[in-house]
Amino acid sequence: MATEIITPNTTTMADLKGRVEPDWCPGCGDFGVLAAVQKALVELQIPQHEVCTISGIGCSSNFPGFIETYGMHTLHGRALPVATGVKMANHGLTVLVTGGDGDGFGIGCGHLVHSMRRNVDLTYIVMDNQIYGLTTGQTSPTSRMAMKTKSTPYGNVENPVNPIALALAAGATYVARGFSADQKHLTELIKKGIEHKGFSLIDVFSPCVTFNHDNTVQWFRPRVKRLEDDPNYDASSLNAAMEKAQIWGEEIPIGRFFELTGQPSLEEMEPVLELGPLVRQSYQIPAEKARRFIEELM
Amino acid sequence: MRQSFSIGIGGAAGQGVASPGDIFAKVFTRRGLHLNAYNAYQSVIRGGHTFLTMRVGESAIGAVDGHLDLLIPLNQDTADRHLRLLQAGGACLYNADTIHPGTPGEGVALCPLPVSTLADISRNKIAQNTLAIGAALSMMGIGFQSLESILAAQFRSKGSAVIEENVKLARAGYDYASQNFKPFAAPMPLTEKRYAALSGNTAMAMGAAAAGVKFYCAYPMSPATGVLHWMAQHGREAEIMVRQVEDEIGVINMAIGAAHAGVRSMCATSGGGFALMSEGLGLSAQAEIPVVVIDCQRAGPSTGVPTKTEQGDLWQMLGAAFGDYPRVIAAPLDIADCFTLMPEIFNVTDRFQCPGIVLCDLLLSEGRLSVDPAVLDFAPRVDRGELITSNGSGDGEPYKRYKITPSGVSPRVIPGVPGHTHVVSSDEHDEDGVLISDVYTNHAKRRAMMEKRMRKVEGIAAAVAPPQMLGPEDADVTLVGWGSTYGVIQEACELLREQRITANHLPIRWLVPLHGDVILGLLGKARHTIIVENNFSGQFARYLRSETSYVANGHIRKYDGEPFFPEHIVAAVKEQLAGRTKLSVPAHEVMV
Ligand SMILES: Cc1ncc(C[n+]2csc(CCOP(=O)(O)OP(=O)(O)O)c2C)c(N)n1
Ligand code: SF4
Ligand SMILES: [Mg+2]
Repeated sequence: MATEIITPNTTTMADLKGRVEPDWCPGCGDFGVLAAVQKALVELQIPQHEVCTISGIGCSSNFPGFIETYGMHTLHGRALPVATGVKMANHGLTVLVTGGDGDGFGIGCGHLVHSMRRNVDLTYIVMDNQIYGLTTGQTSPTSRMAMKTKSTPYGNVENPVNPIALALAAGATYVARGFSADQKHLTELIKKGIEHKGFSLIDVFSPCVTFNHDNTVQWFRPRVKRLEDDPNYDASSLNAAMEKAQIWGEEIPIGRFFELTGQPSLEEMEPVLELGPLVRQSYQIPAEKARRFIEELM
Repeated sequence: MRQSFSIGIGGAAGQGVASPGDIFAKVFTRRGLHLNAYNAYQSVIRGGHTFLTMRVGESAIGAVDGHLDLLIPLNQDTADRHLRLLQAGGACLYNADTIHPGTPGEGVALCPLPVSTLADISRNKIAQNTLAIGAALSMMGIGFQSLESILAAQFRSKGSAVIEENVKLARAGYDYASQNFKPFAAPMPLTEKRYAALSGNTAMAMGAAAAGVKFYCAYPMSPATGVLHWMAQHGREAEIMVRQVEDEIGVINMAIGAAHAGVRSMCATSGGGFALMSEGLGLSAQAEIPVVVIDCQRAGPSTGVPTKTEQGDLWQMLGAAFGDYPRVIAAPLDIADCFTLMPEIFNVTDRFQCPGIVLCDLLLSEGRLSVDPAVLDFAPRVDRGELITSNGSGDGEPYKRYKITPSGVSPRVIPGVPGHTHVVSSDEHDEDGVLISDVYTNHAKRRAMMEKRMRKVEGIAAAVAPPQMLGPEDADVTLVGWGSTYGVIQEACELLREQRITANHLPIRWLVPLHGDVILGLLGKARHTIIVENNFSGQFARYLRSETSYVANGHIRKYDGEPFFPEHIVAAVKEQLAGRTKLSVPAHEVMV
């Protein structure tokens, strides 16, 4: 047997640097999200090989290629079911899901609602640029009313979805909103999301500098207000969170809207996982059990 | 002709047709008898017409046919539809209070049961069923004791009072028949053998469990739901994670996620659900993550006839997902094969890191067959392929997930192993897993990756046994079928031989890889070839032609939702050998 690789007992930013440079446009908000995720993993000291970063398809979904963990670049909108499968088969892994607003709130919205109600222990980071970036600038489920995009040249006539309210209604147990230009705050939100047992949704304003000229860093900066700055805000109250989720305009709250602790996650609800991660369990059915299964039929 | 005895039990959905079926199945398999059962039903929970046919005999029974020896109509409608199926020596056993069967054929006995005098029907709505079971047993010359323990097990969940009542009722029916009805000419034989009676869905679920599946997920869809039911019922004991997912898109992707994490993973659906899965199938192929998908075919297109059988999904399987990629597709030949195929296909998909499709159909999925318990082997050979599960096993080189190799197979590491981080991707990628689809597309790398994946096709062909001709080498007619037509064609061959027409049979189990050269060799020697399949357009015939240029002499097809009977094939072969037609479409004579 060859020698075993002894893993270093520290995780550094250098470890997590991807093997290729991000192909995002200079100034894309997603750079800030990448840095925040890497910092969060370093601060939490999670070894890179115990992390699985799973994405859909989109500019933002190229994320797993730019961070050195186990990664998977799946199909447009399908990151959450793939991630759920990974987590159920090996709940020892820290599973991060990264993607865009189109990926998560458009094509993948059905999976999102069900992942949230299941409370599967995933940390879902949506790089919400209110536009379809990779397909060169069409309207997205979070594009504001009247916004002009390539697919709405006369202005969008559909109401955007409210991801925070949607998550609260669907039963997500950790709901937060970050701003990619507010690194420290975002890093904290991601750390808390990873530490949270159960599903966490972190909707991140991550401006697209190429196709969305409405919702820019300059537009967001004066508007975002951290919930953490309000000492009276109670993130354990669903009603308070729902109320805050409605605020949009001159003031836009960011931060941890809601966290419900003590709620069992899906893995904890499954007795089959009491024997340890599925992937480490025996796959041989003992003869005695096999005999019982056959005898039922005789 | 095969010695067999056929029972038909029919009624409206909700009248309890299933439980007499279960009870008879146990009675017969415990006597060491073979059986084959088919339930014709509709997509209603109450009402409609449900008709269970169970054929029993000492030797293996490959199909049901259109004849009955015993009819138990639970309502007038069933008597009206099926009395004419009784052959001479047969009997109709019915509730004299509610059913008036009319005039039966020559030599058929009418056996009225005075249900209201034998039972308190105000208390027990299904009293007629239990009385009839008891009476039938008496007429078949089977001792009553065998029924007691079966009834006890059947009604266990309802408590001892219900068990006692049913045993009493069955006894009353048994005694009444012994005194009033003539027993059948030949009593039901008894052998030393013991069989398990199971459906194809149960067999596939158990076969997968035996193969070491650890993750199963599904969205309910007839006729595949039975797989989910077995898994859900037994998952905890078998230590299998079982999930019902929001839709079939979620199903395939969740199964792929679990497979990526390193466990054997499976899902099952029918044609409509499979259509939703097809993009995911491509992900399995491109990311090289093995997953097994069962497609239980039902009559299509679209919602089609959810409760009827067909072999109409072959081209969907062949064409599922865009792009070229290696896949395997196998169609189990019978219900026992539904079990034995599973470890085989898991081994192939694990070794070659590609999607595997089990192409079943309603006839097998929901039919019932007696299977020798020795066939249900829970310690099959398991080959997980080149799977890295711990570090230190590498060659010292940096790990490359999609390393270019002569076989096309690149060793796969399960996430969590130190020193092997990488990205797997639905986008085209290089050996390292780095995308070559976005900034720098690279035609040379793309070509190399395509060729690497497609090289697996050769290995797959070598890993799978080619088809074999059954029966005499030289025959008047060669019947070619695939999947579930195996049993009915085998019996048709026997019937033809009795009529001095020699017939042999080429059953196709692996559709991909097809082994076209072997098939051409076998069919090249045939005098007259006929392809038998349960669809309109001859999907297999067209596939065989596209792969080999082979054109058969004739075709037998059926697409009315009901399975073939052996006589359908016999009659069709005769008309084709007589030169009357090249395409026979038998009419179904049982009114279901
Ligand atoms: C099934 C399918 N439909 C459409 C596409 C094309 N597509 C790729 S990315 C994308 C939208 C990306 O938007 P978003 O998820 O917001 O990511 P962003 O690029 O903005 O980061 C679309 C429509 C696809 N890849 N797959
Ligand atoms: S198009 Fe927009 S979202 Fe995509 S990389 Fe460029 S800035 Fe970022
Ligand atoms: Mg977007």
